[in-house]
Amino acid sequence: MADSEEMLDNALKGRISIRRARAEDLDQVIALDAKVTGLAKLDYWQDIFERYATRRLDERFFLVAEGSESDAGTILGFIIGEVRGWEFGSAPCGWVFAFSVDPGTRLRGVGESLFEAISDRFRAAGIRTMRTMVARDNRLHMAFFRSEGMVAGPYIQLEKSLDD
Amino acid sequence: MQKSSRLAIFALLELASDPERQVSVSDIGEKYGVSAHHLAKVMHTLGRAGLVRSIRGVGGGYSFAGNARRVTLLDIIGLFEDISPACAPRDPDAPTAEKALCQVEAEIDDISKATLGSITISTMLKNIRRIEEKSARALQEDMAG
Repeated sequence: MADSEEMLDNALKGRISIRRARAEDLDQVIALDAKVTGLAKLDYWQDIFERYATRRLDERFFLVAEGSESDAGTILGFIIGEVRGWEFGSAPCGWVFAFSVDPGTRLRGVGESLFEAISDRFRAAGIRTMRTMVARDNRLHMAFFRSEGMVAGPYIQLEKSLDD
Repeated sequence: MQKSSRLAIFALLELASDPERQVSVSDIGEKYGVSAHHLAKVMHTLGRAGLVRSIRGVGGGYSFAGNARRVTLLDIIGLFEDISPACAPRDPDAPTAEKALCQVEAEIDDISKATLGSITISTMLKNIRRIEEKSARALQEDMAG
């Protein structure tokens, strides 16, 4: 990346604060998810908040990015992950299973800030490998995670249609 | 991946690592051990695609003209190779074994394209930096140990 682009990214990142999700953020998280996916999943998000923002906080991380100037109080994105161990024989690793950035704020470093923040939390929890899963046709997320240094892992996801 | 595609990727990484710099075909050819003649053809294709700019005259050469955050490895490969599906659906009366093998080929093709289509020049440059930093750290640790 050219130095000027890097400086711009860092300046923009300075205007974002990353913190744990609070109950009062939930409406904005649900709205952001609905905006991106086209589906409002009220019960799902209440359950996720209960499980990932209120219990076992040393290994569960529900983080939000909040604007800090003209958009103070606005949730610009979120990332959720947890430490999971021994599934499929894997040593404990950090699993990221939800990630979203407001389309209107992309290229402001929100995604990168969230990714770095959850990486730091996993590291602090003693974790050395982070994993996620991306839809094969989701070029945006795939390109983002690649740019953050993620590569194909040692597992391949398989599925079977039960209607066949 | 064909040789022309690999050369094109190497040339673009070389140029995009410093977009202000002009690099001659012979400099790139020397670094990667390829003939200037073969590389010139590759650069011509990249120029037509708007990914490099040629500068004539003394001290001339090529500079990067694309968007490093947008151009993917698949975009580059597509300039030199046929990237249409490896096994397109054809005669519905084809033998079942052929359809089953086609399904496997399509799966491999999808995964390859998803991978190559998600790695931009900018990501490759970051990966190169990460590898160099890791090597430097290992060297330092060796020296300290």
